[in-house]
Amino acid sequence: MTQHPAQQPTNDSLIVSNSPHIRGKETVPQIMSRVIYALLPACAAGIYFFGLSALRVLTLCVFFCVGVEWLCRKLGGRNTDTWKDGSAILTGLLLGMNLSASVPWWICLVGSILAIGLGKQIFGGLGFNPFNPALVARVGLLIGFPQIMTTWAVPNLGKMSGVDVLSGATPLGLSVEQVAASDGLLQNLFYGNVGGCIGETSAVALLIGGLMLMFWRLIKWEIPLGFIGVVVALTAIVNYHWPELSSPPLFHVFAGGLLLGAFFMATDMVTSPVTGRGALVFGMGCGLITSVIRIFGSYPEGVSFSILIMNALTPLIDRSITRKPFGFRKEKKA
Amino acid sequence: MGIVILAFIIALVVGVVLALIIGAAAKAFAVEPDLRKEALEELLPGANCGGCGFPGCGEFAKALLSAESSPECCPVCQPDSLKKIGEFLGVSVEGKERKVALVRCGGHNGVAISTPYNGVNDCASASLVAAGGKGCEYGCLGLASCSRACAFDAIEIRNGIAIVHPDRCIGCGHCVDVCPKNLICMVPASVDVHVYCNSPEKGVTKMKLCKASCIGCKKCVKASDEDQMISEGFLVRTNYSTPPNTDLIAATGCPTKALKLASIHALPEAPEEVEP
Amino acid sequence: MKRKEFLFFQGGIHPNDCKDRTRLESIQVAPLLDKYTVIVGQNIGAPSKCIVKLGDDVKKGQIIAEAAGFVSAQLHSPTSGTVKRIVTCPNAMGAFVPAIEIVADGNDEWGSPFEPIDDWKTAAPAELKQRVADAGIVGMGGAAFPTHVKLSPPEGAKIDTLIINGAECEPYLTADHRIMLETPEKVIEGAAILGRILGVSKIFIGIENNKKNAIKLLRFKALGTGIKIGGLQVQYPQGAEKQLIYSLTGRKVPVGGLPLEVGCVMQNVASTVAIVDAVVHGRPLIERITTVTGKSVVNPGNWRFKIGTPVAKAIELCGGVSEAPRKVILGGPMMGFAQKTLDVTLTKNSSGILLLSEKETEQYGSDPCIHCGRCVRTCPMNLLPSSISLAVESERFDVAEKQHVAACIECGACSYACPAHRPLTQHCRRAKTALAAQKKALLK
Repeated sequence: MTQHPAQQPTNDSLIVSNSPHIRGKETVPQIMSRVIYALLPACAAGIYFFGLSALRVLTLCVFFCVGVEWLCRKLGGRNTDTWKDGSAILTGLLLGMNLSASVPWWICLVGSILAIGLGKQIFGGLGFNPFNPALVARVGLLIGFPQIMTTWAVPNLGKMSGVDVLSGATPLGLSVEQVAASDGLLQNLFYGNVGGCIGETSAVALLIGGLMLMFWRLIKWEIPLGFIGVVVALTAIVNYHWPELSSPPLFHVFAGGLLLGAFFMATDMVTSPVTGRGALVFGMGCGLITSVIRIFGSYPEGVSFSILIMNALTPLIDRSITRKPFGFRKEKKA
Repeated sequence: MGIVILAFIIALVVGVVLALIIGAAAKAFAVEPDLRKEALEELLPGANCGGCGFPGCGEFAKALLSAESSPECCPVCQPDSLKKIGEFLGVSVEGKERKVALVRCGGHNGVAISTPYNGVNDCASASLVAAGGKGCEYGCLGLASCSRACAFDAIEIRNGIAIVHPDRCIGCGHCVDVCPKNLICMVPASVDVHVYCNSPEKGVTKMKLCKASCIGCKKCVKASDEDQMISEGFLVRTNYSTPPNTDLIAATGCPTKALKLASIHALPEAPEEVEP
Repeated sequence: MKRKEFLFFQGGIHPNDCKDRTRLESIQVAPLLDKYTVIVGQNIGAPSKCIVKLGDDVKKGQIIAEAAGFVSAQLHSPTSGTVKRIVTCPNAMGAFVPAIEIVADGNDEWGSPFEPIDDWKTAAPAELKQRVADAGIVGMGGAAFPTHVKLSPPEGAKIDTLIINGAECEPYLTADHRIMLETPEKVIEGAAILGRILGVSKIFIGIENNKKNAIKLLRFKALGTGIKIGGLQVQYPQGAEKQLIYSLTGRKVPVGGLPLEVGCVMQNVASTVAIVDAVVHGRPLIERITTVTGKSVVNPGNWRFKIGTPVAKAIELCGGVSEAPRKVILGGPMMGFAQKTLDVTLTKNSSGILLLSEKETEQYGSDPCIHCGRCVRTCPMNLLPSSISLAVESERFDVAEKQHVAACIECGACSYACPAHRPLTQHCRRAKTALAAQKKALLK
């Protein structure tokens, strides 16, 4: 038993609070850090394929995001240690993963200002932002600097220094015929040996990360299921009936940012519905819009737009999909 | 170049058409402004406090014009502006008694037993948890629900209790409803002597929990004239219809200092009163 | 693998049950104290009316406060002695209530106890029910609802199932567990008596699977009685009335309704044993088993305390504390009440005294909601605590009402799960009280 001398308790400074008096161990910083861990495989894959320049972009984005968060809080006269909850680091990492390894440093800075300043702090910080901050930045940059944002680095295996070769298109930018003609493309997409932005290159790393999130129960499984499921279903139908319009579904899953979006961006807690059913609707909506943009749109990629559009609809989904309490019965007519 | 001019012309035409529509609509659906109401609103304080029972000064002005209400209902208006309103409406306005809020608790952290409370920072929520952090079930929780309800910044939270500044209080009564302990009542502003305690418990029980409670010794009742102080059980109250003078404080020598002047109570505390 | 015998409700959490500290401690009988402060009005409903005066001599088991109305309960003296004072003292909720201070004469002498009903198997149900009412038995699991009221279903209600609640899903508490281990015969007998009063033959005893020895023992003792012992999944709040009924019978108690609407009556294990004491031994309810536990308690254990025992005394009997507690909780950690003074005394529904030390007492601020949906996932009543809480924060009680806040059972699972440490349960309580007050004002 205890070594301390026994004593009688006194009334002094007993705390009163509402029940429950014990709380779970899960905290917001812990959730954020776990999502960051789940992103690490994809980061590692990005650095492996694009070299140290990818590491540079990721590091810059994380630092700038934390800096902008601190600055915004400071300017707003509020407590400045919110960056410690990890959400700014996560946003920075996601932003970096959405950029090409070849972007100049100031793109990272502008992106961070867009993400944290415009995407988050202007609404009041974590919990109040209607849109995924990293996607706000990505779309903002895409519209503002289309030249830079659509020039993708090409994998640069083995050479750990600067980006040598630049090309103008990701696999998604290839025409349907080109996709059909290229050998081993799917395999390359799966492992990540393709051009594109840092985070979306390796499907297998993203899948590992996604499984980690599922294992920790950090994301609602309904969102990736609805998202990927609808993309697969739609592209399969279109590919079967009109092969000239769309590539096969597997290509759509592995190419571009679908996996990154479905597992890490659409599942952002703040900007997705709280209920499971709402999350399914949300995910399916994302899938529908993505497929439509990819098949018919002029942009090769539609993941970010679809998630942003569904982010805007999230309050509506939350409002319309309510739950009936346990044992709910319809009011009997008197 | 031609396309620029064309765009310009199209924009101009659209602009003109829209302007015509708006102009026509403004004419067709014009609302006659009620000049009397607007003039009356000028005279009202414009605080929109709701103390009159109407949603705001505009609605109150409407009610005044239709004689549904009387100018005295406005708690904010000073006598001179009341007079002006009366002249405007052509009714006689009786001078009314100004009322201020009184928080009937003097148990600040220095004198009352209180435990830390951890939870929603609002009195109504705190009173659900072990009746709040104060040892006394009836005491002021000091979580500023009344202070937040006050649009005139008249209630200050100092050292764990709410203190009304009678000079700033306009008597709208918003604070009365939000207090979960029903500690706040409206009293005539002319009265300065109050008992700062609301606990109906026995003196012994009260003293254990708060050194500034009214222990019901009735010293003040004896020192005052008849009917100036009312004794109810273990608690004494000022009779606000026949209030005592301020010198009652000195004449009584209240052992717990629960009997206080509101004007002194509101002053920043004198150093000797602050005890750890 | 055995087939899953029982359903389990949705939602819920799995807190660390912390029961090991007192699980193996057999029930000890507290010595006679020199003074008991018995709170008048220990039951839900109308508070009882004090019928003793200052200086009265009372005997053990003598009625000291009478039931005031139907939904009310008798109160008996815990020991023999003199009424020294009638005081006001804070109850577990912090409200000042009248209490009778009895100075024990040390003889602990019974007054005129009830006539034991030996042949309860043939006694009229009405007689048994009257005995339950006379003995002042209330729900000892927490709510303190007078038992005889539960046993008097209104005309036309068809009761076909009796459920004895031995789930004890609250962490730390082991009182019911020890009762089932040490007096299994009484639990079974009490269940049978209740079955006779209600005229039902379908009797379940629901026990969480973390009390395997109690399940086995009761199954053995219940052989041939037709009483079914249900081993239930360990999941808080398994012991909540509606959840337990669903787990055992698959019936859903309607929102705002009572268990009898689905033909069920539920009794706590402790109350069941108290009924046996009242019927077979003729003793009123004047003592109960309470778990005194917490890291800082020197000798945590399960004790048989008389009602009116001050918490400070109870802690002293357990050897005091090794470090100053920061929180003293009456009941369990999930739904119990934090106390601001140790002078508070035990009542019929004090199932535990839990002391949390400085380290275990975390004080939380409220961070903004990040919409993670954990509260939604854990809510056993299928509510949306996150949006209720946001509505309450802006004082929109009407919105909270539309979100069915009235169905909330205040189990605390949402607050437990919230990573932003939002006071969701308190928000729900606030909304419920505000709505109740509004309704009351409307009726006036």
